[in-house]
Amino acid sequence: MSSATALSWFARHELRLAWREWFAMMTGGRRRRARAAVIGLVFFAALLHLPAWAVIGRFADLQLPLDKSSLIVISATILLAWTLMLSQAIESVTRVFYARADLDLIMSSPARLANLFSVRIAAIALSVTLMALLFSTPFIDVLVIGGGPRWLNAFGVIIAMGLSAAAIAIAVTILLFRLIGPARTRFVAQILAAIIGAGFVIALQVAAIISYGTLSRFTILTSGTLAAHAPEVDSIWWWPARATMGDSAALLLLLALGLVLLGCVMAIFSGRFADTAIDAAAYGTSSRKRARERAFRGGSRQQALRRKEFILLWRDPWLISQTLMQLLYLVPPALLLWRSFGDSSVALTLITPVIVMAAGQLAGGLAWLTISGEDAPDLVATAPLTPSSVTRAKIEVVLIAIAAIFSPLVAALVFASLFQAVITAAMLIVGAASATAIQLWFRVQARRSQFRRRQTSSRLATFAEAFSSIGWAATAALLLTLPMAGIVSGLMTAGLVAMTWKFSPKRE
Amino acid sequence: MPEFAVARFTGPKYLQAMVATDAKPDGVAVMKPDSSALELRGLTKRFDRLAVDSLDLTIRAGEFYALVGPNGAGKTTTLRMVAGLLRPDDGTVSIFGIDALVDPVAAKQVMAWVSDEPMIYDKLTPLEYLEFVAGLWGIAPSVSKPVAEELLSSLGLEPHRHERCEGFSKGMRQKVALAGALVHDPRLIILDEPLTGLDAVSARHVKGLLGERVRAGCTVIMTTHILEVAERMADRIGVIAAGRLVAEGTLTELRQQNGHADTSLEDLFIALVTLQDAA
Repeated sequence: MSSATALSWFARHELRLAWREWFAMMTGGRRRRARAAVIGLVFFAALLHLPAWAVIGRFADLQLPLDKSSLIVISATILLAWTLMLSQAIESVTRVFYARADLDLIMSSPARLANLFSVRIAAIALSVTLMALLFSTPFIDVLVIGGGPRWLNAFGVIIAMGLSAAAIAIAVTILLFRLIGPARTRFVAQILAAIIGAGFVIALQVAAIISYGTLSRFTILTSGTLAAHAPEVDSIWWWPARATMGDSAALLLLLALGLVLLGCVMAIFSGRFADTAIDAAAYGTSSRKRARERAFRGGSRQQALRRKEFILLWRDPWLISQTLMQLLYLVPPALLLWRSFGDSSVALTLITPVIVMAAGQLAGGLAWLTISGEDAPDLVATAPLTPSSVTRAKIEVVLIAIAAIFSPLVAALVFASLFQAVITAAMLIVGAASATAIQLWFRVQARRSQFRRRQTSSRLATFAEAFSSIGWAATAALLLTLPMAGIVSGLMTAGLVAMTWKFSPKRE
Repeated sequence: MPEFAVARFTGPKYLQAMVATDAKPDGVAVMKPDSSALELRGLTKRFDRLAVDSLDLTIRAGEFYALVGPNGAGKTTTLRMVAGLLRPDDGTVSIFGIDALVDPVAAKQVMAWVSDEPMIYDKLTPLEYLEFVAGLWGIAPSVSKPVAEELLSSLGLEPHRHERCEGFSKGMRQKVALAGALVHDPRLIILDEPLTGLDAVSARHVKGLLGERVRAGCTVIMTTHILEVAERMADRIGVIAAGRLVAEGTLTELRQQNGHADTSLEDLFIALVTLQDAA
């Protein structure tokens, strides 16, 4: 087989694997659901046009040349999309290093490894770009329909962003491997991806709170201060914005830049990709973390279970970072709380739904880890405990963790507004309990390392958990501002949770 | 202390101490002394096909029983029903006189299960794993800690007792799982292919440990594809095919039943299974 034939064959193999992974993610691994998944996807894409119209529709008529404020808003939106793509790319790269089971086969084959890994790098870039195109298409559609075909250039900008994000993600991950080793890279890359993904929005919010006392990031983007410090309108920094709005020369330069960047990364790192993959594959076989000598602890059987769950959570920073990254979004409201301490401003009311939403999401993640993510299910099932006492111990772990994390925030709220603190605490408990209950009703035995794929086991559970968290957050906000509307919202959310229970799998 | 416990635990002092703790379930104290450790009557399980077909089986207390059979014969399904991991469609499971389907918690208190795929926690050390298992079975820490250390030592895991299991080979993991099964001193040990993935030295360790337990009065039921192990270790051997027990007895009895006085268990097994397939 010639080198070119081998490369195209391997590219087809990679594409097939990527397609099947994506297909399994959409269908939860059940082929019979393919039709429902396609219909759901089309429906979701069509539905996404509505919020896209609401968010971006008014910008469709914008024409070049633009003033600095408009350029700042468009560039910031592009930068936000790029940081999200970079975050996803870092996750994809670490997944390729740690999770692919075919490294032994590939590396024992007589094929040239640098070529094969170049294909794999290209596949990462392609998957990141395709995912970004999928989510941005409704927004670009809205702009094209409202402002004309010049907005089609935005697709080109997305492709250039995908290429550059993949290139930088690969370079960053391999450098991390070299600097801190495979054991820490997995964890650090995870944190890095979370911070990059959420960091830009949070930074804007923090700046808006500090400067203007509001959570709205647009306030800071459209401020005169920022415009005064921004580069001139003909600066290179505005190329992405100009390319998006129909400047074809800028688009071609961006695409060329993206391709050159990816080409350089392939040339420099494809050889090292193999070494890095070998190191990652070896990670886990040479780990020698030691625990201290101590006496066995007593207590009830449920206590033994709870202790085990807490130790496992504490000792797996990769898993806990996956869950706790949701708490990053608590940074701006916590800052707002601190700034508005003792002030009964409307801005302070915004804290409650954010806390309730974060508690629901966190409880869902922790509940999956403790209830479904049991690595020794046979051991627990053959232990002399009733299944209900096992479940109760695991739920207690979730609720204790939620209480430990959110109590300080609620306690701080007590000093600002007792009524708001009570509503926040009540909705926080209901939201966390609902998310935990949904995880319990839809539990599927899995290994903890499959946490990332927990959402593929049941689409219904995933959506129900998300809508329940949103519903309880909205209820909390409405109870503080429009109590009657809050009661209606609460009843609707309770109805949603009840419907979810009705559709959950029947168990013995 | 209940009568059966006094009679049975004549082994090391720590084993006697263990049965004297409050580890025993409430129901166990009132059960009648029974010479059979395990009794299966009409045990049936169907998936897409009949996996276990009205199986009757009695294993005497203090016996080492090997269950052999071809792939898909129903060995693992049978043991999983005994361990309480699968609910039978029909039939009864009695463990030392306890109806395991009516009072599963009491039945689980006196038995242990080890599967061919060791399921342990990567982020715990062997000693922490044993502490957790002992806690689940309600064994007092003062009793379980020395037992755990002795088990780790006898299985050659002493140098790794404080290392997290995430770096362990399959053999080491299997030994940790086995230590977990023994730390609460079960009266019935159920093992599904426990020697899979073990090297010769580890396999000898495990076989030695199981032999010691049987000599101390424990009952062992084990499935295995390694017929030589069944031939050398088991008091009685059951051959299962298509969910049914097709032959049972000591090696000598099996030979007599089939009219081959000097044949090996492997030849007997092939003859029995071939006969069953033809039927």
